[in-house]
Amino acid sequence: MKYRLVMQIGLALAVLVGLSGGADAADKVKTVASFSILGDMVRQVGGDRVEVVTLVGPDGDAHVFSPTPADAKTLAGAEIFFVNGLGFEGWMERLEKSSGFQGKTVVASQGVKPLTMSEEEGHHHGEEAKDEHEHEDHAKGEDHDDEAEEVTDPHAWQDLANGKIYVANIRDGLIAADPDGKAIYEANAVTYLDAIAKEEEAVKQALAALPEARRKIITSHDAFGYFGAAYGLEIVAPEGVSTESEASAQDVAKIIRQIKAEKIPAVFLENVTDHRLLDQIARETGAKIGGTLYSDALSGPDGPAPTYLDMFRHNVGTLTAALSS
Amino acid sequence: MIDTVVSPFIEFSFMRRALVGCLALSLGAPPIGVFLMLRRMSLMGDAMSHAILPGAAIGYLLAGLSLFAMSLGGFAAGLAVALAAGLVARSTVLREDASLAAFYLVSLALGVLIVSVRGSNIDLLHVLFGTVLALDDAALILVAAIATVSLAVLAVIYRPLVLECFDPQFLRSASNLSSPTHLLFLVLVVLNLVAGFQALGTLMAVGIMLLPAIAARFWAEDVSGLIVIAVLIAFVSSLSGLLLSYYANVPTGPAIILLCGVFYLLSMLLGVRGGLIYRLLPRKHLEA
Repeated sequence: MKYRLVMQIGLALAVLVGLSGGADAADKVKTVASFSILGDMVRQVGGDRVEVVTLVGPDGDAHVFSPTPADAKTLAGAEIFFVNGLGFEGWMERLEKSSGFQGKTVVASQGVKPLTMSEEEGHHHGEEAKDEHEHEDHAKGEDHDDEAEEVTDPHAWQDLANGKIYVANIRDGLIAADPDGKAIYEANAVTYLDAIAKEEEAVKQALAALPEARRKIITSHDAFGYFGAAYGLEIVAPEGVSTESEASAQDVAKIIRQIKAEKIPAVFLENVTDHRLLDQIARETGAKIGGTLYSDALSGPDGPAPTYLDMFRHNVGTLTAALSS
Repeated sequence: MIDTVVSPFIEFSFMRRALVGCLALSLGAPPIGVFLMLRRMSLMGDAMSHAILPGAAIGYLLAGLSLFAMSLGGFAAGLAVALAAGLVARSTVLREDASLAAFYLVSLALGVLIVSVRGSNIDLLHVLFGTVLALDDAALILVAAIATVSLAVLAVIYRPLVLECFDPQFLRSASNLSSPTHLLFLVLVVLNLVAGFQALGTLMAVGIMLLPAIAARFWAEDVSGLIVIAVLIAFVSSLSGLLLSYYANVPTGPAIILLCGVFYLLSMLLGVRGGLIYRLLPRKHLEA
């Protein structure tokens, strides 16, 4: 009997804590973004009207993220949950269910033309995925029977044109949840879209200046498919689209052969992955290590890539410095 | 045929490094595994792999991705857990396996806590534990040095260690070498595991320590025979696992350990010392 009483008190306390967590909603719209890049975009569009919490913080790897109870609590108290979609956040659905999230989920990549790549080749195809609406779960392609598995690449934000689609989706999601702020969100979105368009021009110009022969690079996991497709670079990576997979000796051997045969000038590290394998490849081929690219997460506020646009500036600067010399 | 085996190693230095690293590990770890098995501590390897996490994590947090700092931290944590477990087992009613379970779980929880407190979600297990294909000079030297040390120490403590496996009461009554032998052996276990983790990954370290030793059990009865066969199985699995990973495009660590597992299954079926088929065959009458 005593135990039951204790349990009941405990439950009551838990409910109280839960309520008070949600009750101080003040006047700001509470939103949660799944990872830091998306969080920055929401912040730009929402401005002061919106409070943004990101689940996977700076330099964190969203592929292998495991949510904590605090994350579930944060999400339960939120009105909008912004996710990338395309299978990027494999943990998202479970978290949504277990946290008792009542708000609206906005898939920022809605309407993006997804790239697929076959596991077999490790190359991007640039075809559309067969069914755009099915992209949530099948991205890892685990239950496909075909010989060469087609995998949807979730890293759509690496193309600034897609970034504009993200911004539009974020704007619409915010307006739907908070119609009073419509004018503000629209104005913010216009300013931000302008800035993205300017950056897009700059990126295109900077990369167009690279000589044709130096447009191939190696990164550790396949995060730059959209970037390469949009700006005319060929990207090769030993790990697949997710950082979870492990490379085989054959993968590494193929890449080393390719670097030697095609005289690929540089390999690039990523902020979210282990660099030892790339170090080994660089040692063996004589390709130089061109620097660190920000792929799936921003840096901290003092780092070189604290915002989405800063990330592009940093990545393009690193690429051009290493490839043009 | 010979070309199939040799050419990947001629063409790629990462394959040569992987082979050297695996062979060095195959020389040091399986003998330790033999003694673990004989002392019914086969599962200790797995438990210790979790126990070293907080030490390695602290090393990483303090010094970044430094092989030395992480190894040192992992070694200290692993040894602390092993010693504490041994101490509790010797001075209370708990058996060694139970106290080891208690300590490694605490250690694992502490490790996860330390990793999470830092706030970054880089999969620290990925960072802490290396892969066979990315062995640099420091990792190779570490693995080779530890293999050398373990063989040398094993040679020194061989006799009391064998005695302790088969007749611990006698060793304790006949000499005062029991405790130092046990201690040195624990040091070797932790050293080999740490070397394996940092250089080759968790699965590799525990797998190559134990599977060959367990498979060897079906082929030999005396300790020296067990050790030789275990090392041979580890050698062959390492080489063929690397080639399998190269030609069949599968991850290297799992390939090597799966081949060890194939050796174990075959040994279990065909082994002449208590293998399944051998036992089912009609036996000869005992001869005088």
